[in-house]
Amino acid sequence: MTAAPAVPRPIAWRFATVLENRAETRRTRTLILDVPGWPGHQAGQHVDVRLTAEDGYRTERSYSIASAPESAGLALTIERLDDGEVSPYLVDELRMGDTLELRGPIGGYFVWSVRDGGPLFLAAGGSGIVPLMAMLRHRAAALAGASAAERRAVPARLLYSSRTWDEIIYRDELAALVAEDPTLEVHHTLTREVGSTWSGLRRRIDRSMLDEIAWSPRERPHVYVCGPTPMVEAVASTLVAAGHDAARVKTERFGPSG
Amino acid sequence: MTSTDGGASGVSRGFKGRRPAAGTAHRLPPGQYETRDFPVLSAGPTPEVRLERWSLRLSDPSGRSARWSWEEMRAMPREQITKDIHCVTKWSRFDTRWEGVAIDTLVARAAEQGVHTAPYVLATSYGGYTTNLPLADLVDGKAWIADTVDGRPLAPEHGGPARLLVPHLYFWKSAKWITELRFMDRDEAGFWEVNGYHMRGDPWREQRYTGDE
Ligand SMILES: Cc1cc2nc3c(=O)[nH]c(=O)nc-3n(C[C@H](O)[C@H](O)[C@H](O)COP(=O)(O)OP(=O)(O)OC[C@H]3O[C@@H](n4cnc5c(N)ncnc54)[C@H](O)[C@@H]3O)c2cc1C
Repeated sequence: MTAAPAVPRPIAWRFATVLENRAETRRTRTLILDVPGWPGHQAGQHVDVRLTAEDGYRTERSYSIASAPESAGLALTIERLDDGEVSPYLVDELRMGDTLELRGPIGGYFVWSVRDGGPLFLAAGGSGIVPLMAMLRHRAAALAGASAAERRAVPARLLYSSRTWDEIIYRDELAALVAEDPTLEVHHTLTREVGSTWSGLRRRIDRSMLDEIAWSPRERPHVYVCGPTPMVEAVASTLVAAGHDAARVKTERFGPSG
Repeated sequence: MTSTDGGASGVSRGFKGRRPAAGTAHRLPPGQYETRDFPVLSAGPTPEVRLERWSLRLSDPSGRSARWSWEEMRAMPREQITKDIHCVTKWSRFDTRWEGVAIDTLVARAAEQGVHTAPYVLATSYGGYTTNLPLADLVDGKAWIADTVDGRPLAPEHGGPARLLVPHLYFWKSAKWITELRFMDRDEAGFWEVNGYHMRGDPWREQRYTGDE
């Protein structure tokens, strides 16, 4: 006997309410949204946002979910592109109490959960940190109260490339996560920092950095790479050349350049 | 007053938007915006495909197949195609110039070798990605195997050496790094479709995700 195939239901558009619009860096802000009827999500998924002007003109963009599935309130972190149509509106205009139309969660591939196990290697460029932060926040929430052995089963490392120290998104929160978790490492590299106080890495992500920080291919890490296209291309192909299984290297690209 | 009447009317308070140029507005499907760049969408590393080892196969449900090398494919009648393309991540690029071999040509050549079409197609790529399409979307001058864009060989990150080109559907259906078209009696979800994207993907009906329309 065959059951009738389930008719998939469309991902509904919903009206979210802005609870908060807070600064992360000079160019990025986080919107905390209340989304009535939100069905829940997995770390790494995104939403589509739809804006409608007075005359009915509409446009849409995708934004990764920054918050863990475990937390109340859906967080989006948006980088302001000066000549952009949508990001300046979300960053500069939206304020508490405003409505934002969105639908989601979307995407079933660029997702990770502690049930998938570790090791976990994350490589981010700029605002590409957003879906990876959802993974780290989820990991922290899911492992709260876990034993040392349970933590050691899903160790995680983040290699995060930013232009400057001040442009590192979630900098303090990342430091706090590391401080409370010996199985998490966060490595920053700064590509345009001019200050002399930064003694860490100062170049784009390259082979020697990955050899040192990404797990070895033998450890079969789950790899997620997100950022501008050139960064994603370079990191993903370098990892494959270093012997990582291409099927375990998942990528997401936010935009044409950067 | 901050209010939620945006919710009732659907208008986003304070959003002006950037209208597409009058001449091009009718070419933008719902929710899309025009870009002049050529962004990249793929789920993993770009596979390295050597031309010496490249091949394209058409296979049918009975297991028969026809296969061509790079040189054989390049020697087939070529067409020039100028089309608008629409990516599910919201960008559209107008008047993109492609060159390649029509699927109609390949289907005719395969038929000479006893390989017959079926109502559905699973397009398979180097690297293992797949996407499914109805045969009707690939024939009658609607789809090509493209190896050249804007007058240059197709770059690996854009799907080179060759990709499927089905410009009237969302661009993930234009499988990059194509190596096989498998004709099938039943529709079977490909990689993107299993992961939440639409079985058909018509941008004018905004069929982005599973369940749309
Ligand atoms: C799956 C997915 C998830 C995303 N998640 C996020 C996220 O979490 N946070 C976030 O800030 N953005 C994210 N983006 C990017 C976002 O969807 C928009 O593309 C971005 O906000 C720009 O929109 P805009 O309307 O402001 O600019 P547009 O008006 O679309 O573009 C303005 C100019 O900027 C260029 N441009 C567009 N995008 C970028 C970019 N990313 N980098 C550099 N130049 C660009 C365009 O080519 C154009 O010249 C995501 C994109 C995708 C596909």
